[in-house]
Amino acid sequence: MLGWYFLKRVLLIVPTLFGVTVITFTLTYLLPGNPALVKAGPLATPEHIAEMERRMGLDRPVAVQYWRYLSGVLRGDLGESATTGRPVLQDLLQRVPATLELTLASLLVALGVGIPLGVLAAVRRDSWVDHVSRLLGVGGVAMPTFWTGLLVLYVFFYKLGLAPPPLGRLSAGASAPTAITGLYTVDALLTANWAALRSALAQLVLPALTLGFSVMAPLMRMVRATMLETLESDYIKAAWAAGLPRRTIVYGDALRNCLIPVITLIGVVFGFLMAGNVVVEIVFAWPGIGNYAVTSLMSKDSGPIQSFVLFVAVVYVVVNLAVDLAYGFVDPRIRLR
Amino acid sequence: MSTLASVSGSRVVRRSPRAALWRRLRRNTLSLVALGVLLLLTAMAVLAPTLTPYDPDAPDAEHALQSPSLRHWLGTDIYGRDQLTRIVHASRIDLLVALGATAMALSTGVVLGAVAGYRGGWTDQLVMRAIDAVMAFPSFILAMGITAALGNNTLNVIAAIAITHVPIYARLIRGEMLRVREMEYAEAARTVGNRPRRIVFRHLLPNCVPPVIVQATLAMGFAVLTVAALSFIGLGIRPPMSEWGAMTAEGAGYIVSGEWWLFLFPGVAIMVTVLSFNLVGDTLRDLLDPRMRGL
Repeated sequence: MLGWYFLKRVLLIVPTLFGVTVITFTLTYLLPGNPALVKAGPLATPEHIAEMERRMGLDRPVAVQYWRYLSGVLRGDLGESATTGRPVLQDLLQRVPATLELTLASLLVALGVGIPLGVLAAVRRDSWVDHVSRLLGVGGVAMPTFWTGLLVLYVFFYKLGLAPPPLGRLSAGASAPTAITGLYTVDALLTANWAALRSALAQLVLPALTLGFSVMAPLMRMVRATMLETLESDYIKAAWAAGLPRRTIVYGDALRNCLIPVITLIGVVFGFLMAGNVVVEIVFAWPGIGNYAVTSLMSKDSGPIQSFVLFVAVVYVVVNLAVDLAYGFVDPRIRLR
Repeated sequence: MSTLASVSGSRVVRRSPRAALWRRLRRNTLSLVALGVLLLLTAMAVLAPTLTPYDPDAPDAEHALQSPSLRHWLGTDIYGRDQLTRIVHASRIDLLVALGATAMALSTGVVLGAVAGYRGGWTDQLVMRAIDAVMAFPSFILAMGITAALGNNTLNVIAAIAITHVPIYARLIRGEMLRVREMEYAEAARTVGNRPRRIVFRHLLPNCVPPVIVQATLAMGFAVLTVAALSFIGLGIRPPMSEWGAMTAEGAGYIVSGEWWLFLFPGVAIMVTVLSFNLVGDTLRDLLDPRMRGL
């Protein structure tokens, strides 16, 4: 039963990924911003452009073009960046650790603040904790992430002088720790490089708080709602009646059941994180993949941004698959359906 | 049982009827304020040229980079343009994009969802697979890709946001269709000899309206955030046209020199607008969709 559910769910991503590549293919080749036109340059004659289209295979039937695109993608060929002159895939992979580090740190912030706040809001319903958490939730959703980033920069960097200037992953003068995972904080810890750890953490705090805050609300709301429901349920009432201590009931029995639905939300939150990443990377000059895509576009190079879109979509599909599998594993009712 | 209830009632969930009433009342007061803000914003957008004493685009070098004062309530930018005037004018473009995108997504999504849900079979399969493909992208990332491919102008930004919002309505309506098409009144409409199109649009769709209204209100707020973020990274509305996200991006450059009003106020405008749409949307959900009440 378990194996069947997993297999079905894994196979389901094939049509989805097919759809994804059709969309990115359309964005890359079929829409204006004709790649031949771009490649030929602004001074090209119509003959020159036609020649370029023929060389790039743009005069062939759409199906043939799509097949070529797909086989290229499957081989890891995402084209070349006109800005860096290197394969786009190589450029992206080089910047993935920066984005990954920021994403994971933000997720930690969101979970580490969102879950306890959600629990407290439910346990002390209508108290000031509940109101504060609601305010934070509403604010996190309504405040544009880039603006929150600028706000904390203004306060903590410009006004208070507590934060370093927003110049990427390490402060000026600091050198990167020996690369193991590519995540500076983890690598610095593993190699006991305290100077690098301090520098990397100092740079990471503000962007991670900004991004974590912006995606925290759904987690908090979900935990609060399920916690309220759970606290009303019979088995919790029975636990009270049996005279179990409050701590055991709330943080042991009730909380454990509230964390299961949180797993399903990780996929949604990850989507928000990928979107927020782009603007946060711009605000804090964080050298990740979103920053790379946007800066290439600024220099009229639209190839990298479409590869970035494809890359993020594939990661997103895989993350959602992992979430579903984890959920099926934790909650047997799902796979029996 | 009564002892169990009193135990949990006294120790964990303290909730009296009066507190519940107060909660709902206060929430509704807040939503009424939010509704007022939205009406005010709309009026502001419509009447922008007559409301503002300055020209949003005319430079005034003598008064460049002034902090907020009685003359310029929200200060001026590097060209001496009045920031309040620009923010008011920007509300036109931000609300237009949100409204346009929502209208476009709503009409497309409702038709797709209705057809898929009512016809079922391969039509349903085809539509839903396409919707799945769109939903495989985080919506902002897809909107980035679309505006990058189409080129950024107002219409393309509207189209990009609309495409990413279509799945919301299509899935919602499809689900409702599957539910209502089996109901007796649908059966009756069929028996009398109505054509499918008439049954769907005349008899079934009106019953799916409330949840759509809720979603559309919430989507308006999300669309404002999206257009602002797109413009912030240079993929949406471009200067010199005033738009809140683009204005924030311009203001970002002045943080290190302390001209805080340039990034702060456009962001406040975005936040207040999105907040109002969300509050009104939440209240509508409470009123129109009792199943979601209390969440």
